[in-house]
Amino acid sequence: MTSLILILISALFFNGIIGRVKSISAGRKGPGIMQPLKDVIRLFKKGTVYSETTGPVFKLAPAVYLASVLVAILCVPFGHKAGLISFSGDFVFFAYALALGKFFCIIGALDTGSSFEGMGASREATYSMLAEPAFFLIMGSLALMTGHSSFESIFAALHPSSPMSWALAVIAAYIFLVLAMVENSRMPVDDPKTHLELTMIHEVMVLDNSGIDLGLIFVTGYLKFAMYAALIANLFIGSIPVGFGIPVFFAVQVLCAVIIGLNESFTARFRMNHNPQFIFTLACIALLAVFGVMLMSGQLV
Amino acid sequence: MFSQPLNGLSLWFMAIFTIVFACGAVYGTGYMKHYRGRPLRNTLHWINYAVAYISMMLLCVVENSITFLVCWEIMALSSFFLVIYESEKPETIKAGINFFIQSHISVVLLTAGFMMIAAKTGSYSFSAIPRYCVENNGMAAFLLLFAGFAVKAGFVPFHTWLPYAHPAAPAHISGVMSGVIIKIGIFGILRMITWFSIDFVTAGAIILAVSAISGLYGVMMAILQHNLKKLLAYHSIENIGIIGMGIGLGCIGVGNGNAVLATLGFAGALLHTLNHALFKSVLFFCSGNVYHGTHTLDIEKLGGLAKKMPWTAGLFLIASIAICGLPPMNGFISEFLIYSGLFGWMQGAEPGVTTGAVFSILALVMIGGLAILCFTKAFGIIFLGTPRTEIDAHEMEPCRIIPLVFEAMIMLSIGIFPGFYAKLAGSALECFPFASTSALAATTDLTIVGLAGLIFLLLIGFIYVAKSRHNAGRQVSEGPTWGCGYTEGTPRIQYTATSFVKTYVQLFSFVLGNKKEQKLPSGIFPTEGHFESESYDKLETGLINKPLGAYRSLMDKFSFLQNGKMQFYVLYGIIFIVFTLILTLLIR
Repeated sequence: MTSLILILISALFFNGIIGRVKSISAGRKGPGIMQPLKDVIRLFKKGTVYSETTGPVFKLAPAVYLASVLVAILCVPFGHKAGLISFSGDFVFFAYALALGKFFCIIGALDTGSSFEGMGASREATYSMLAEPAFFLIMGSLALMTGHSSFESIFAALHPSSPMSWALAVIAAYIFLVLAMVENSRMPVDDPKTHLELTMIHEVMVLDNSGIDLGLIFVTGYLKFAMYAALIANLFIGSIPVGFGIPVFFAVQVLCAVIIGLNESFTARFRMNHNPQFIFTLACIALLAVFGVMLMSGQLV
Repeated sequence: MFSQPLNGLSLWFMAIFTIVFACGAVYGTGYMKHYRGRPLRNTLHWINYAVAYISMMLLCVVENSITFLVCWEIMALSSFFLVIYESEKPETIKAGINFFIQSHISVVLLTAGFMMIAAKTGSYSFSAIPRYCVENNGMAAFLLLFAGFAVKAGFVPFHTWLPYAHPAAPAHISGVMSGVIIKIGIFGILRMITWFSIDFVTAGAIILAVSAISGLYGVMMAILQHNLKKLLAYHSIENIGIIGMGIGLGCIGVGNGNAVLATLGFAGALLHTLNHALFKSVLFFCSGNVYHGTHTLDIEKLGGLAKKMPWTAGLFLIASIAICGLPPMNGFISEFLIYSGLFGWMQGAEPGVTTGAVFSILALVMIGGLAILCFTKAFGIIFLGTPRTEIDAHEMEPCRIIPLVFEAMIMLSIGIFPGFYAKLAGSALECFPFASTSALAATTDLTIVGLAGLIFLLLIGFIYVAKSRHNAGRQVSEGPTWGCGYTEGTPRIQYTATSFVKTYVQLFSFVLGNKKEQKLPSGIFPTEGHFESESYDKLETGLINKPLGAYRSLMDKFSFLQNGKMQFYVLYGIIFIVFTLILTLLIR
């Protein structure tokens, strides 16, 4: 329950902080921290336009997308305090629930019959297929090191005192952060502010969504960021009391947002055909992490 | 001759076979209405359907290898006749003969395996096999029988008959074949594990490796297919791979005496057998509806069918979610069990084991991701968007919808109440050494997994209803799809199945076979040019077509003997007689 409330709170600010960081580093005055929230409220007040081509799948897709992220958030613990849904192997459920959201996002885009959205759908399907192994492998390496197989027990067993925990936590944090950027189609994989449909991934899939549908998709994006940042925070707060955990949690959230903002300010988007390499590199790093853990625990020799 | 009383494993498979055969029969009555003009052939078809069902039931209960082989042959022959129902089409006959030959390769391998055992023990009863294993190393016989069953089940590289036989058969037969007839191979492999006592760690590792490759190869080839039924056929190979991964894990658990691993592996395999039987038959039945609704199975020609065939579209969507192994459907439960087994196995802390587990996990994750790519393509291109060609589609009659709804309901109930179905599979699970329902209950709380799925479903429903309520008071209007300023688009500019998977094809071109044929227009007045690209199965070319071609060209060298002149044939006869006479004289 703690994690759910904290993630919901930080989701309110996450994208605002990214926006602030970007505007400050660009020397602009820029929008306020609450701007993303205001955008959503504005969208919720508007009416909706549906394409004539679309059917029930298109209307259902945003709901499934949001539900998938919410149910995944329910699995996220707060350090050693389990999330609302917690069982042995819950991270498999976490990943597969998110995949259902993506499944509907993709077919929702195909429902419009637009060639742009087909393009985005194709990219999303291919890239998420390449990104998925990284998550499983890094969770596998954490499970291997701690000997547990649920989020809460894995995080509780990560002690900041052991250097190996630290090393793995840092690698895992990197992978979760980049995964969050890939999943939300941020730089360097995709540029959310681009104006050319041909170069978009996620944005082009939601071209035909409007009103509350678009609002829900925005909300889902914010929640996804906060969820991944919460996973990163969990790597470090597993064994400290909740009282200290909460400030660390928020510090990690802000730090993640700042890193993403800085990254977007100072890097350029990859060429589309370099993306698969970049995304699959994550899986390779995770694989190295697994072998590192095996080496340390004497299972390789 | 029969097992007394029936063991749990047989009962589990008999239940699966019965459900799918029954649904297939109801669906088939609707499907066959399109072929009403030929009563004799239809009678023969339904007789064969019944014979196939009975032979499958018998295969589950017999306890003697000769009887088993006879029943196996009856099953193979009757399913051959079922496949070639539309025998007036040359490609159907070709696919049928291919299936016929390959199912007899399986018979040969099985016969050899059973004979090996009978030669040593002098008994054809299955109860002699444990005795055989005590006196001999049973590995050779085990692998022979495994290969025999693997041909039927469709493990790579014995899979080449599936992509031809399934599209050729009528839809209800494809559904039954993919849903249950290939499962008799799985049943055989599982039965075998209960008989043999061999080095199960090695056997399990072999099964796991073959299965992981089957799973990956099946789904990678499936993505390329443009014929809906061929796509589904390749997906059967993928799912057989997933089932096999469960079996392999279970075997390793048995070999190590690891109760948790054995339980999770076999439970995953048993549940996935049921799950695959359900969702794959639904998918094939849907493909039959699409075929009769539009008279084509070419994905590239379809589109926008969801508006005209809403029931078929909905059922196809539900089954697609299930086959991708996504919660809250049933496919997730069995894949979850196999994942749990793999993660548990990885922590076994034995040298070398972890590497195997890591690569198996990687394979399973990739299978999941590729399946999503494949089924978003299949569902999205066939049922969504606008029709790509002029097609007058229409929904099918209720008897082609109701059995599918029934199966979809079972699928959902497995996803939400997996604990109940795990209990049902309990007596089948306990046929295996070390595996037990109590170990299953102790390691994974399936009730919570089901509950999580239920929460997911309720959340989706809640958000959808809230969204519709919210929209009720606001202006909701319709307009054309955003065309980026271009207003005169035709349905032809939509993304096609080929373009949807283009990036994937480029990424994995080192595995996939792709033939390109092009003739560029040239000269000052270019007349014609064409471009054609076609995917092919590299394994089929390499393992079947090339050796067969080499064999044929070798045999061609002797074709001068068969020159069609009577005198020469008389001469051959004389040479033969003289040769035999000399041989008998010499031996004396």
